[in-house]
Amino acid sequence: MNNQKQPEVKKPAEVGGAQPPVKRIPSPSMQRGGGPAALMPGEKARNFKASMKQLLAYLGKYKLAILVVMLIASVSVVFSIFGPKILGQATTALYEGVSRMIAGDPRGIDFAEISRFLLRVLALYLGSALLDVIQGFMMTSISADITYRFRKEIAEKINRLPLSFFDHITHGEVLSRITNDVDTISQTLNQSLSQMITSLVSVIGILIMMFTINVQMTLIALTIVPLSLLIIRYVVKHSQRYFRKQQEYLGHVNGHIEEVYSGHIVIKAFNGEAESIAKMKALNETLYDSAWKSQLHSAFIMPTMRFIGNLGYVAVAILGGYLVIRKELSIGNIQAFIQYMRSFQQPLMNIANISNILQQTAAAAERVFEFLNEPEESPDPAEPLVPGEIKGAVEFRNVRFGYDPDRIIIKDFSVKVEPGQQIAIVGPTGAGKTTLVKLLMRFYELNSGQILIDGVDITRFRRADLRNIFGMVLQDTWLYNGTIRENIRYGSQNASDEDVVRAADTAYADHFIRTLPGGYNMLLNEDATNISAGQKQLLTIARAVLSDPAILILDEATSSVDTRTEVLIQKAMNKLMQGRTSFIIAHRLSTIRNADRILVLRDGDIVEQGKHEELLAQNGFYAELYNSQFVLQTNY
Amino acid sequence: MKRLLPYIKPYWPLILLALGLLYVMASTDLALPDYLSQIINIGIQQNGVDTPVPEVIRASSLENMALFQSEQDKAVIADAYHPVEPGSAEYASLSERFPALGQEPVYALKPLDASAAAALEQAMTKPLVILYGFQMMEQNPQQAAALLSPELAERLKSLPQGANLLTLLTQLPEAQAAEMKNAITRHLSTLEGTILRQMAVRAVGNEYSALGFNLQKNQTSYILRIGARMVLMALLAVATSIMVSYLASRTSAGVARDIRAAVFEKVAGFSSAEFNNFSTNTLITRTTNDVGQVQQVIFMVIRMAFTAPMIGIGGVIRAIDKSPNMWWLIALAVAILVMFIMLAFALALPKFKIMQNLVDRMNLVIRENLSGLMVVRAFNKQDFEEQRFDKANREVTGTLRFIGRVMTTMFPIINLIMTGLSVAIIWVGAREVAQSTLQVGNLIAFMQYSAQIMFSFMNLSMLFIFIPRAAISGDRIADVLETPILIRDPQEPQQLPKPVQGKVEFIDVDFRYPDAEVDVLHDISFTALPGQVTALIGSTGSGKSTVVNLIPRFFEVSKGSIRIDGVDIRSLKQRDLRAQIGFVPQKGLLFSGTIDSNMRLGDPNADEAVIREAIEIAQAADFVYGKPEQLNAEVSQGGTNFSGGQKQRLSIARALVKKPPIYIFDDSFSALDFKTDAALRKELKKKVGASTVLIVTQRVATAKNSDQILVLENGRLVGQGTHQELMKTCQTYQEIASSQLSQEELA
Repeated sequence: MNNQKQPEVKKPAEVGGAQPPVKRIPSPSMQRGGGPAALMPGEKARNFKASMKQLLAYLGKYKLAILVVMLIASVSVVFSIFGPKILGQATTALYEGVSRMIAGDPRGIDFAEISRFLLRVLALYLGSALLDVIQGFMMTSISADITYRFRKEIAEKINRLPLSFFDHITHGEVLSRITNDVDTISQTLNQSLSQMITSLVSVIGILIMMFTINVQMTLIALTIVPLSLLIIRYVVKHSQRYFRKQQEYLGHVNGHIEEVYSGHIVIKAFNGEAESIAKMKALNETLYDSAWKSQLHSAFIMPTMRFIGNLGYVAVAILGGYLVIRKELSIGNIQAFIQYMRSFQQPLMNIANISNILQQTAAAAERVFEFLNEPEESPDPAEPLVPGEIKGAVEFRNVRFGYDPDRIIIKDFSVKVEPGQQIAIVGPTGAGKTTLVKLLMRFYELNSGQILIDGVDITRFRRADLRNIFGMVLQDTWLYNGTIRENIRYGSQNASDEDVVRAADTAYADHFIRTLPGGYNMLLNEDATNISAGQKQLLTIARAVLSDPAILILDEATSSVDTRTEVLIQKAMNKLMQGRTSFIIAHRLSTIRNADRILVLRDGDIVEQGKHEELLAQNGFYAELYNSQFVLQTNY
Repeated sequence: MKRLLPYIKPYWPLILLALGLLYVMASTDLALPDYLSQIINIGIQQNGVDTPVPEVIRASSLENMALFQSEQDKAVIADAYHPVEPGSAEYASLSERFPALGQEPVYALKPLDASAAAALEQAMTKPLVILYGFQMMEQNPQQAAALLSPELAERLKSLPQGANLLTLLTQLPEAQAAEMKNAITRHLSTLEGTILRQMAVRAVGNEYSALGFNLQKNQTSYILRIGARMVLMALLAVATSIMVSYLASRTSAGVARDIRAAVFEKVAGFSSAEFNNFSTNTLITRTTNDVGQVQQVIFMVIRMAFTAPMIGIGGVIRAIDKSPNMWWLIALAVAILVMFIMLAFALALPKFKIMQNLVDRMNLVIRENLSGLMVVRAFNKQDFEEQRFDKANREVTGTLRFIGRVMTTMFPIINLIMTGLSVAIIWVGAREVAQSTLQVGNLIAFMQYSAQIMFSFMNLSMLFIFIPRAAISGDRIADVLETPILIRDPQEPQQLPKPVQGKVEFIDVDFRYPDAEVDVLHDISFTALPGQVTALIGSTGSGKSTVVNLIPRFFEVSKGSIRIDGVDIRSLKQRDLRAQIGFVPQKGLLFSGTIDSNMRLGDPNADEAVIREAIEIAQAADFVYGKPEQLNAEVSQGGTNFSGGQKQRLSIARALVKKPPIYIFDDSFSALDFKTDAALRKELKKKVGASTVLIVTQRVATAKNSDQILVLENGRLVGQGTHQELMKTCQTYQEIASSQLSQEELA
């Protein structure tokens, strides 16, 4: 594309105009934006210095290797910088030979001299290429290692953070750290870092070479540089405006599309097609208008850069020609100078972009380190008690808790549960029924008070030992992308295949599993959509059966499960509860009636507790709840 | 992409214009090295004199030249020149540039046509070179002799220093002179082409100097003249380039706009059958991202893909013109380059593709870990999860490393190929120059063309990464556009008898999803009467929802018919049919705007009072009128600023505003708690009593008091009647009821 690009000078990335042809192979996960977005100032780190310092510290043992890579890269650049000059000498030798021929000098062209120059050039470039490959291999390895380590540490960190941390952060944010942010850092290490150094060396080296060729020409070339930077800045500033507009309108159009598509049925039911099409038309038209303008404006950069480059080319051709006539310059030096000038622009642009890249990197590093530095769960006790045979007595003693210390939702809760008892937890949706469960398994720490199992404060156990006591079946049936067998065995890694089948049988899951393609070896897909909700529920019960816990936590399903499976689930749960202390988040009347104790929650608070009849007799919130939810005396 | 051609068609004129401009751009781009070679060849090497035919020549020089010319050539020259008369206008104008004009008689060139000029050049070149040799004789006799002929050089050794060879020649005996002339001519015929021409040009320069012409000034002004042309070319290049960008932007954005609109309209016309064939998410992606991809690639194709062959072909033509013997060097280098890039792509591209999957896999593991935080910890499976992640992480890192290595090797090698080409050009070119088939300036220009050609091919091959991706997008879009729409309005639509009562009849209805193998509904027959509530109950997958979706013709019955007030719904216009139905879907769906704008979806001209009543019936008054903005409260996209239950109630209210004769509640009460559910139904019964109401539900409580309950199981109607009747007769109903209600309640 670009005019008169000289291949002889180092690195395609640095040759020629605004858009290097082979700078970066785009890949879905590696792309750092193209088009005008690439020139936009990115986000900034809140604390640039601290983040960079941390990143540097993180590089650890690689620091020396990176230094070596930088050194190799610089040498490679220096090698290649001599190229055009020597190639120019070859041209000069040729020119002089021709001049001799014209003048009738019998010596003519000195081929030996020319080939000496050419061999020298080849050797230089070969050396430069070799160093480049070595440098690239090293840097790729280093950045891959660091990327790997970052990701590993983030993934492990997830498991050490208290659950409360995830109340304030979406899964998307965590994911974005592990992919996008780490990607940004990795890219900076892999490409930008060496690019920065080589650009810097290139600019200095080229400047030196240019000055040795001719001072006046160099000065001319140098006036062109700031000019082009100024123009680019101007163009970018302008195109940015259109680009933002385009993004905004694109957002509108996409929003409308999303809305209309997800409301497809409603739109049809209300005969809204024509109206939505009309709205789309209007939005689409504004988008078109800003889209082509934005594209055009960002497309200004390339030709403008090239024009400026060409102006420099002309200036050098004229001045150079003039100087050659006055015997102050050799022909080959014009050629060399043009090459230097051409290869001057790109590294300069790179340098201009350094602060942007560093900022982006710092911002990404900041987010990653912020995550890695989050306070973790309080450590397990130094001398933990090892739970022996658990009988299953549970006591909440003056428990006080709030997800937010300013908003206490359980104020002073005490209850004593005998081994083998069934406790039903009821309350309207969002009353915080799962909070108790979370406290019991020590997913959250109490603000004050104690929870005791068989008379021992749960904080005296190691978390892993504590959680081993419990079995859990939640309404949100979590299964992972593995086979059915692997998913059931999740409860107890050492269980034999027979144990797995027995557990499945106990949970009434064996039959349906055998009807599935692949049976126990069937692979559950992402989000396990290839089995029904009810079947998922049965699998989670089987999983709990296999782990054979002393205390059970059950969340009865309300989700759409067909009648037959529903009956199976209920039977399986009942079987599972036999002889174990059980906490049930209850939706069914039968469960509630049979419960040894009912805890009634409202707005996160336990407002009443007792047996079904006792509570009804109190005629309080439970009675109200019961009457509205379970008794159906309405007249249609 | 081919399937989208009709959308590109309207833009052909723009594209053709862009092509034309690109040709201009390529030419101007390629012109610059050409000018540089002129500066070197003519400006520098030939002192700015660009022809071996002098504009003016001294009479004495003409005479001297005549010594070495055939009669024929003499005639050509005599025809071309005429003597300049002192005092004439011509004399005056010439003397400005040639101040020494008056010292001796001179001849000036007449205006000539091209063929005469060529003949003249032919006739004058060699004599001029000889003249040049004789002129040189005075400063450097040895070299001059070598130039004229080696034999002469031998002879000249015996001559006294400073003797005028020309005078000598005229004084020599005839035979000896002839022999000497022959020797010179023989020698000159071994020289050829460019060198000879350049020597002749030198002679012209010397001739001009003798006439007082300022050669140095001429040289400078020549260079400046060429420089000015170069600036002009550069300007032209930038202007055309921007124009091409303009055309490319308009074309690509325009095509994108048209496709986007077409896809959108198409999807809006989809029935649920076609819609479900895709899924909301892919349809959104196809209308947004995929269209964006196509837009990007159209722009790039116009800007880059078209430029590459233009520069490539133009460069090749010029390169051959500069040196017909060296084009193979470029062809070879391009072939190696393209082969190499293809090889690198062949190595890396499959990995790129895997890469996305591996990254997805890594994300999946993390996502699962995050969504199962409690389970993972409850089962103490942190180590297991970490191992799973580590495996995914290792795979991603390994692939990253491989791709990185391929790329990191690729660039230096591409560099090396380019450098190698330059070196080869100088090496081979030097020999061409020695054989005087090439001038040095041309060699430098040739090197620059070769670079331009290589870059254009490199760009072209880079484009091959983008095109397959856009092609996939194009296909995905075309799939949508080419989907046949199954449900259409009848040719001659009927009208419902007024006033519409709203009686809904199903007569032996079967339904099967398009392309499915089995029916979802079998033999469904029932009648829902105005003023009655008909409830449909059944477990998930029993087909109850499908039944009501057939009524507004979201799907088409496969067999049997559905009638409203006795008219088959297929003979109605879809618009007219749907105008009779207030439909409330399973999920409460709101649109961005205000509560008011959402309410008016059913009836744009609805009274405020009607809206208020609808909101009250739907049990939404407390949160709607509790807000300070009331009806003008903002609704964000998808209604995300309302809870599920609130959305559901608002979408019920929306249907109520419409005041249609038929209401369909497709499991619309599931997001409501029992209390609200009951209150809502009570109000509903009061206010819309005269309409036909169909309610799909899983809750026995909701169905219990309906006038008619339809029980579905596996797509069949297995029970029909009131609660009490069904409790006695229908086993399925009993099962459902007993799992939900206590014994007392069942009574």
